Amino acid sequence: MTEPESQFESVDAMPPPPRRDEGRLAVAWRELKKAPFSAKIGLIIIVTYIFVALFAPVIAPYGESEIIGPQFELAEKAPPFGTDHLGRDMFTRLIYGARNTVGIALVTTVFAFMLGGTLGILAATLGGWMDQLVSRTVDVLMAIPALIFAMLLLTIFGTSVVNLIIIIGVLDSTRVFRIARAVSLNVVVMDFIESARLRGEGLGWITLREILPNIMPPLVAEFGLRFCFVFLTISALSFLGLGIQPPTADWGSMVRDTSTLITYGELVPLLPAAAIAILTIGVNFVVDWFLHKTSGLKDEH
Amino acid sequence: MNVKNNGVLLEMEGLMIEGFSDEQWHQIVKGVDITLSRGEILGLIGESGAGKSTIGIAAMGYAKPGCRINGGSIRFDGMELTTMPESRRRKLRGSRIAYVAQSAAASFNPAHKLIDQFSEMVIEHGKGTRDQAYADAKDLYGRIKLPDPDRIGFRYPHQVSGGQLQRAMTAMALSCRPDLIIFDEPTTALDVTTQIEVLVTIRDIVEQFNTAAIYITHDLAVVAQMADRIKVLRFGETVEDADTRRMLSDPQKDYTKSLWAVRSFRKEEVAPPPEPTPLMKVENVTATYARGLVPVLRGVDFEVHRGHTVAVVGESGSGKSTAARVITGLLPPQQGRVYFDGKELPRDYHRRTKDQLRQAQMIYQMPDTAVNPRHRIRDIVGRPLSFYLGMTGDAKERRLRELMEMIELDPDLFLDRLPGELSGGQKQRICIARALAAEPSFIICDEVTSALDQLVAEGILRLLDHLQQDLNLAYMFITHDLATVRAIADEVIVMLQGEIVEQGPKEEIFNPPHHEYTELLLSSVPEMDPDWMDRVVAERREKGGMQSAGN
Repeated sequence: MTEPESQFESVDAMPPPPRRDEGRLAVAWRELKKAPFSAKIGLIIIVTYIFVALFAPVIAPYGESEIIGPQFELAEKAPPFGTDHLGRDMFTRLIYGARNTVGIALVTTVFAFMLGGTLGILAATLGGWMDQLVSRTVDVLMAIPALIFAMLLLTIFGTSVVNLIIIIGVLDSTRVFRIARAVSLNVVVMDFIESARLRGEGLGWITLREILPNIMPPLVAEFGLRFCFVFLTISALSFLGLGIQPPTADWGSMVRDTSTLITYGELVPLLPAAAIAILTIGVNFVVDWFLHKTSGLKDEH
Repeated sequence: MNVKNNGVLLEMEGLMIEGFSDEQWHQIVKGVDITLSRGEILGLIGESGAGKSTIGIAAMGYAKPGCRINGGSIRFDGMELTTMPESRRRKLRGSRIAYVAQSAAASFNPAHKLIDQFSEMVIEHGKGTRDQAYADAKDLYGRIKLPDPDRIGFRYPHQVSGGQLQRAMTAMALSCRPDLIIFDEPTTALDVTTQIEVLVTIRDIVEQFNTAAIYITHDLAVVAQMADRIKVLRFGETVEDADTRRMLSDPQKDYTKSLWAVRSFRKEEVAPPPEPTPLMKVENVTATYARGLVPVLRGVDFEVHRGHTVAVVGESGSGKSTAARVITGLLPPQQGRVYFDGKELPRDYHRRTKDQLRQAQMIYQMPDTAVNPRHRIRDIVGRPLSFYLGMTGDAKERRLRELMEMIELDPDLFLDRLPGELSGGQKQRICIARALAAEPSFIICDEVTSALDQLVAEGILRLLDHLQQDLNLAYMFITHDLATVRAIADEVIVMLQGEIVEQGPKEEIFNPPHHEYTELLLSSVPEMDPDWMDRVVAERREKGGMQSAGN
């Protein structure tokens, strides 16, 4: 070890450790290679779903609601999975289902996060009566079982896609609000927030530039989880007939429509259910990995 | 301080410890030898990162999670700890080797009474029954002079003061009468008046039981009181190892000399004569944190003049930081006014103009939390430039580089870094640059050096002094460290329980006659003289018992 000159200035003038000269992509790639096996599987699943959702019209052999033969045609005659209760191709419907169910779930989750996240950060930053008002309202909303509440509201306002997104989004934003508020509270007490306030910064700067970057990791992890729940809620509502309406292909309603086949020992109704299950598992794998990584970053030293 | 029983207790040879970070193993301790006899106290000193705590813990055969001992031997009373099975090492810990941590508050379980935590170890190691342990605890509490030794053990950790808790922890370490105690910065978190009590306790008790000790600290004056021998560490290697008196009077290595010289810094320039209008004037301020409660500030009056440094000293809870909050407008006072340059400032910072906010800047105690970890240095320092002064493009870039040079950091190396990549001292410099960027005339420095190593702190003080000369800045310097006050202050304000007990020019405050409390505060600051503590204790006994503001 070479002895640095013991000048007073040199104590602080020591340069920071050299940085690896690589872009964000390279860092991401390196992290990806180190990811555990489960996370890689999860990523492959998610990428596959996104691909299918984006290119549904290209991949699918028929149109979304095109009738191609008799009802409940066997798989051998209309490969690979046969037809549904109206004679539409199951395989085509499954592919379009990815687009509709996943797409709507994604929009709903993004909406829930924008709403809940904004309110959460604001409640933490402003405190006082504003915090009380929003927090108590959220408490009230959370006290009512979500699925039943959603069914009630959908019955009142009618079952359109827009209503579905708004209702589930609002109901789910309560959970996001809680998380966003809790993690923001930890950041709000930091000296750099006080410093920004004393500088005279407005609310916009403090929430978006000072707080938001510091609470992103837990929020992103939560996004994955919430996406799964939203997705399952939509499927459940569709299964009950209150979600995405026919003729739009959707996994939840597909399970319901073909459910009679279960009695004949056919596996067809399980296919959309499996599509739901696999995506949920995949997303959870990735979220787990991400949570593990972000909590590791918080490690001291 | 004589060695009563020669006979080697602990012997470390070529100790190597490595730690895992950034996906690879780094050598933290690079071959350190330690020999400790029974009844001897060894002081380990060095800056953070020198490996002193790691070595101290290794004396128990333990390495922190993420670290491992990868070379050398540790022999405790003839037993080799590195190859011993973990189960046997666990039997030694607590019973024959004990550890006293820096933060007693964090080391006690808040849900159990002190005496039960004391007894747990005795019972666990089969050294006695609960009743015996209770009796022994009361005896020890008496010997370390805790008030009401028969009953204090039945309190919970939060029901006693910080100094008492640290002493209770020392008693706990003694519960099994260990041969060796490791003290890891036991007084760093305490006020000076409390520190001296804890130091006296530790030294008495170690002498009474002829216990060997390793005393880890970064405070040279403290180690001078405690240790028979001092070992100076740097980057995991021994720099120098010698008898305390010889080490203090005749250090051999440059690094050691530079450590010793730290406390010699004195502000040289005399402050300019005060202008008729004070820059910052606090008039009869009374403030509370919640309505109807006891005020934390009572009738506080003081002035800060352009180019002057006013040091506000006092123990924790004396209201010195609250005074800063009133000035910045974070805590609107109940009564009283704050004037800047002759004009009254609105009480609440929300109602102050951008220019009023710009004029008074603040530097915080913890540089880690004072800068946003997700912003680059460029953005942190650059924000006041664009926010207050409307700078953009080239003008902003030029000013940024100028500021970085003022705080003696290379702009090319640092501007695009995140705070996490910087050391504590560097981060504090960034905070100074951010304050300077606003081009203020008044800066509040809230314990700015107390989280830093002494050499680094020294650098920061020199920098602040230098900047004051160049920019004619006024500082309000909040600190509990009187050495810092001596180094940089022009005027001193001594606070106690929300009131100013004494204020005036530095020479007046530091020269007798003192106010009674100032006297206590001044006499509690450790000096580099190894006989200092004996002298103070003797003087205080003469005057009638140890005074204590902490109890």
